[in-house]
Amino acid sequence: MRILVNGVWRETAAAELAATLEELGYAGRIVATAVNGEFVAAEARPRTALAEGDRLEVLAPMQGG
Amino acid sequence: MLEVYGTQLRSRLLLGTARYPSPTVLSAAVRAARAEILTVSLRREAGGERAGQGFWSLVRGLGVRVLPNTAGCHSVKEAVTTAHMAREVFGTPWVKLEVIGDADTLQPDVFGLLEAARILCAEGFEVFPYTTEDLVVAERLLDAGCRVLMPWGAPIGSGRGLNNLYGLTALRARFPGVPLIVDAGLGVPSHAAQALELGFDAVLVNTAVAQATDPVAMAGAFALAVEAGHAARLAGPIEARDFAVPSTPVVGQAFRG
Repeated sequence: MRILVNGVWRETAAAELAATLEELGYAGRIVATAVNGEFVAAEARPRTALAEGDRLEVLAPMQGG
Repeated sequence: MLEVYGTQLRSRLLLGTARYPSPTVLSAAVRAARAEILTVSLRREAGGERAGQGFWSLVRGLGVRVLPNTAGCHSVKEAVTTAHMAREVFGTPWVKLEVIGDADTLQPDVFGLLEAARILCAEGFEVFPYTTEDLVVAERLLDAGCRVLMPWGAPIGSGRGLNNLYGLTALRARFPGVPLIVDAGLGVPSHAAQALELGFDAVLVNTAVAQATDPVAMAGAFALAVEAGHAARLAGPIEARDFAVPSTPVVGQAFRG
């Protein structure tokens, strides 16, 4: 299916968020996720189904003021 | 000592982590500033990138507290979601809440700020709201559950210092028991000293240090200024006057009468 990952359309095979993150190369990384603007906690990722057209945000620690 | 949300702090200088020439310079600047709190943020990172992971392990190695921000958020929804994401990644209930209302001045949208602060305080966050010096907004933020306020000195990154001395002085006088941290707009150490002399509890500086020719030396200079300003506040500065008052005694002066 096609989902929008950090503003870029990506083709993914996995049905849920945890597997999608692995597929996208985020395995073992410290990131926070939101789907369609709603925060999804790390422990909820395996049971969070993704659908065609979903907007996924994957955010990592970064410098800030 | 300064206490914010039950945490005792020796340092009155909070440091931002953005815009340094290198991670090595950032680390050295943190040490020179003797900072105990660093602001951090969350940004998009692609699957192959590792920059964020490297940054986070560097910050953890510095042994300081982190204050995640919601920088760049222009709506309540964005700010609240970002706060949740930051709490999970950084493992802290602290959040420097920014809801930006104007793209040119990066001025806080105080209406959105208040709404987001109400939501986050109710959810157990310990909110550090980036606000203006407006007294009524400050009162509402405290009513919402904020236990510290971060009024701006001037627009973020502008280096203009304390733009509204009257407003900031009034804010300090109106809320004597609330920790007030001047956030944003400071350019040189004298601005920081001035904030502490006025009775502000601490300052948060980023661009003024990170973009200085020698960020490490500038971090040290800000640390000295903050210490001097706080010592001066405790020492009780004199009132400014409009006319001269002789400092040398006038009694016993020669050649008179």
